[in-house]
Order: sequence, then structure tokens, then C-alpha cells
Amino acid sequence: MNSKSAISNLNSSVWRSFRTAAWLGWQIESNWTDPFLFAVYSIIKPLASAMILVVMYGVITHGDFASPLFPYIYLGNAFYIYVGAVMTGISWAVVDDREHYKTLKYIYTAPTHFPTYLCGRGVARFLTGTFSVVITIVCGILFLHVPIDFAAMDVPLFVVALLIGVLMLAMMGLLLAGVTLLTVHHYGAVGEAVAGALYLFSGAIFPLDVLPAFLRPLGFLMPITYWLELLRRTLVGSVAQAFPTLAGLSNAQLFAILLGLTALFTALAAIVFRWCELRARERGLLDRVSNY
Amino acid sequence: MSQQFSIETQDLGRVYKIREGKKKSVKTLVALHDVNLQVPRGELFGLLGPNGAGKTTLIKILTTLLAPSSGWARVSGYDVVREAAQVRPRINMVSGGESSGYGLLTVRENLWMFAQFYGIPSAEANRRIRELLQVVGLADRLNTKSSDLSTGLRQKMNIVRGFLTDPQVLFLDEPTLGLDVGASRDVRAFIRRWIEQERARTVLLTTHYMIEADELCDRVAIINQGRVLACDSPANLKRRLQREAIFQIETSSPNGLSARDFEALPGVRQVAHHPGDGKATFEFILDAEEVVGAIINTMTTKGVRLLNLSKREPTLEDVFVDLVGRSMEEIESADKEMA
Ligand SMILES: Nc1ncnc2c1ncn2[C@@H]1O[C@H](COP(=O)(O)OP(=O)(O)OP(=O)(O)O)[C@@H](O)[C@H]1O
Ligand SMILES: [Mg+2]
Repeated sequence: MNSKSAISNLNSSVWRSFRTAAWLGWQIESNWTDPFLFAVYSIIKPLASAMILVVMYGVITHGDFASPLFPYIYLGNAFYIYVGAVMTGISWAVVDDREHYKTLKYIYTAPTHFPTYLCGRGVARFLTGTFSVVITIVCGILFLHVPIDFAAMDVPLFVVALLIGVLMLAMMGLLLAGVTLLTVHHYGAVGEAVAGALYLFSGAIFPLDVLPAFLRPLGFLMPITYWLELLRRTLVGSVAQAFPTLAGLSNAQLFAILLGLTALFTALAAIVFRWCELRARERGLLDRVSNY
Repeated sequence: MSQQFSIETQDLGRVYKIREGKKKSVKTLVALHDVNLQVPRGELFGLLGPNGAGKTTLIKILTTLLAPSSGWARVSGYDVVREAAQVRPRINMVSGGESSGYGLLTVRENLWMFAQFYGIPSAEANRRIRELLQVVGLADRLNTKSSDLSTGLRQKMNIVRGFLTDPQVLFLDEPTLGLDVGASRDVRAFIRRWIEQERARTVLLTTHYMIEADELCDRVAIINQGRVLACDSPANLKRRLQREAIFQIETSSPNGLSARDFEALPGVRQVAHHPGDGKATFEFILDAEEVVGAIINTMTTKGVRLLNLSKREPTLEDVFVDLVGRSMEEIESADKEMA
């Protein structure tokens, strides 16, 4: 087989894996036997957590909703929904297929591109996540006066940054999927746990300077930090000047850092995933069921 | 493809590391030891062995799911470790006795999805799905959610998944485990027909049913504790015992007589003892027919009554007993007691 046809084979298997996995993920995700549950999960849950945040903010600041801190927190929290959704969507597919459906071995030994397959499984969670994000922001604008100035929005930058961020989150999800391959007992959703932990280190609800100095570097290393900042600035320009942490950086600089860190995480995810996959194959973990 | 063998292994070995409880001691378990097999294209090859023999481990290695610890293996001419991406489009695998699949998808959707992974166009996939479901008697369940299928029916769906992609080499790990008698027979017949349809097809099947190995397979490897003890056509395997005499003796309650009491007698090669309710069955492989006299003597001096005595043709079971020293049944019930 020459290298050209090898590459086109890989291309078609990558696309096949992604498309089919996305289809499967959607079938699973949209399988709400009860539309009420779907509403609770994608509308009420994110709105409830946004409300808690708003109430806490109101109490602490004595109702200073005009401060740029308010949209900072509100939007940071809203977009952070993607972190849990995408990372969990991808890493949870390993547990789901291996433990619940017992199909992981058949998918792994099929001519699929395995990491692409897992990324495809995250698409559905991205879509339902988008639904939650949109609902949260729309409610913020309608009822809480989150000050989005539609004329000042940088729509192209917003869209590009959003998409790069989703790619970045997918790579982090893949990294976690690799780790999940090596854990025999399923500790719930690793993705959700990591997303919860990173909530505090990525400037989602407060600027990084609030953190103790020794924890700040973690925040500066996380591409999520720059991603959230960029999304906020493209929607509400005024937040840029309000906080010292990243105020020194222009949008272009933020974008460059986001790109760089995303590339770094992509490389890291590729290496870690490959390593974990080989270890899992060596140890016989690809079809291991934990029995509880 | 000009390669001679569909499956070829050389000194293939696999060791599992087992961590025991909270103590940090790590034990090793040899699941496969220096396995050398060559399966030519077009063959229906059987692996026969008791629980824990290493059959599934071998299949996992050959299907690129598990890495070997030593030696190498090639499938369709490609190395299963270094060229896994070349092996995968050419193979498929079905494990019996498990219910895998996405319960929320219909039978057709489950199968269609796997066809997609192999790049089979939808129309062709749907045609094959209908055809194969017809064969296994699931045609009327095309649009049933697979969670609504019984375990056996789910297994049939799984079997269809294996054939659906028309693999060059198909691995079937105890495909009839858990199926009823009729369904097992249908599946066996279908496997036979499938392989005869096209010369390029090869099947490796594991089983611990003797008849399955005997009636279905062109060649059989007998495997125990990770080692291949013999590998030949069922007829040739049995022919090895042609010179020996095989007797089956049914007795009244054996009064403490056990296989060991007979093993000491000259001319007795192997004894298998199947205890029953108030009676017992002994099977003997003897160097010559005359030896049976001494056996009957031993029984009568112990006051054991003979209920039935018959001489019969050797079966694969006898070949197994001759090679291993115990019947598969004994090995498996001993394992159960230990567990
Ligand atoms: N993942 C694993 N970790 C540790 N030991 C294992 C693992 N998988 C299999 N073994 C051990 O390796 C040996 C061979 O197992 P294998 O599953 O290959 O047997 P088998 O011939 O398929 O048996 P059965 O007829 O019960 O399916 C057994 O002793 C088993 O306990
Ligand atoms: Mg097995």
C-alpha cells in the first residue's frame, strides 16, 4: 500500500469515526424518555446555578449590578458550562462503552480512529451544552440586565475564539479519556470532577488575583482562562479594563496565547492518549468490566 | 494477498499481573505459553479447551485488543501489534455469552452503526442486515429496540454484527454459549455455509463443546493452561487413540473407589470418574482390550456391582483426557470448588 492511499484511508476512517460517533452520541443524549427531565437538566439546572451566583453577588456587593464584575461573573459562569459538557462528553464515553454497553472492544478493534471516535461522542454534549449556555445568557440579558452592547460586539472574534476553545476542551477531554482507559473502577465522571476543580483556577467567577499567589500559575497555565476572558471581552468590552489580571493583554495577544496553549494541549493530549491506549492494551483494560 | 496463512503465531505468550487484595504482592499468571499456530486461508479452525485455558486471551491478542507478552502473531499477513491498523479492517469478532450493544438503538441501528465504522455504504449495509437477520431468525425484530431482546436474541444480533462486515478472518469466541439447542445448530450450520461460500474466508472459533469442535471444525487445537497440546483434524486426533481400547463402565455406588485405584493397574492409560446419584460412570483408556478383566476384578472385590459396560469409538473428549490426564469436566468442576 503506498503512502498516499494510506493517508486517504486514514482520512476516511477519521471522518467515518467522527460522524458515526456523533450520531451515536446524539441518539444517547436525546433519548429523553421524559421531556421534563430534559428540561430540568438543560434549562433549570444551569439557570438555578446562575441564580445562586447572582444572589450571592447581590448580597456581597449590596446589589451593585452596574459594576463590570457582574457581567464578568455571569458570562464566565455561563460559558463554563461548556467545560463540563465537552470534557465529560468525551471521557465518559469510555466508561459508557466499556461498562454499560460492553461495545468498547468491538469499536476499538473496528477500523475506527479511536481518539476521533471519542471526540465524536462529545458532539451531542456540546450541542445540549450550547442550549444551556444560550438559555443562561438570554435570561441574563432579559431579566438581569447583563449589559451586552450588540453594536460593540466583536462577532467574528467571538465565534472563532469559541470554536478554538471547544477544540481545546475536546483535547482536554481526550486527555481525561486516556486516563479513564487506565482506571478500572469507574469513579463517576472524571470529566465533571476535573471541570469542577478547574472552576476556581480559570477566572470563571473571579479574577485570578483573588487566588493565593502560589495557586495563580495554575490559572495562568490553563487555556480556559484566556478563552473565557476573550469571550467576555468580545461580548462586553468594558470588562477588559476593570480587572488587572489580564488587562495588560490586548485581544490579539489573548488570542495568540489561546492558540498557543491549545496547540500545546493538543500535542499533550495526543501523546498522553497514545501512551494510555498502549498501556491499556498491554494490561488488558480495554474490555475490562469492573462488575459494580 | 499472497500470504499463505490467515493466522500465524510464533512462540506467542501472555502473562497477566495480578495484584492480590490490599497486600502489595504481585502474582503473575501465565495465560498463554509459546503458542505456535498456522491457520491457512479457508480453514474453519477450532480452539478447544476448558475454562481458563487461554482461548479468549488468544483471540484478544489476534484481534488487536490485547498486547502479547512475548512472541508475535500475524493476521491476514499483518503483525497484530505493529500493523494493527491493517489488521482491523480485515477482521471481526463475536464473543458469546454476553449482551453487548446499545439498548436504546434498534437492532437495525445497532448493526448499521457498526457497518458505518467499516465504511460499508448504507444501502449495502441495510441489505446485508436484512439478509443476515433472516438467517438467524431475527428478521421480525429489525426495528425492535435491542434492550427489548432476550439475552439469546441479543447474542444473535451480535453474531450478525460479526458476519455483517464480511471479514477475511472471523473470530468467534464461544459463539453458541447461551443459545438454545436449535439456535446453536442453526448458527453452526450457518458458520459452515458461510466459510464454504468463499475460499478467502477463515474462521477461528473457540469452544468447550466437544461436538462443536468435532463436527464443525476442519482442524482443532487442544489447549490447556495456556499450552497447545495437539493440533490436527478431529479425525486424525481421534485416530491416535485407535489402537487403544475405550470402555465406559457404569457401576452401583462405587464404595469409595476412585480413579486413582485403577490408575495403578498395568495397561490403564487414563481413567475418568463421573460420580452420579447412587451410581457412577468410569471411562477408561486402555492399552489393550484384555486389561478390562483386571478392572472388573478390582470392582467385584470391592463389592461394586457392574450395571453396564460398553466399548466405544474414541471421541475428542478421550483425546483430551489422554493428553491432559483429566476430563474437561473434572478440570472445570475443580476450578469451581477452588473459587
Ligand atoms: N485481565 C486479566 N487479568 C488477569 N488474569 C486474567 C485476565 N484475563 C484472563 N486472565 C486469566 O488468564 C487465564 C486465561 O483466561 P482466558 O479468558 O483466556 O480463558 P478461556 O480459555 O477463554 O476460558 P473460558 O472458557 O472460561 O472463557 C485464566 O486463568 C484467567 O483467569
Ligand atoms: Mg473465554
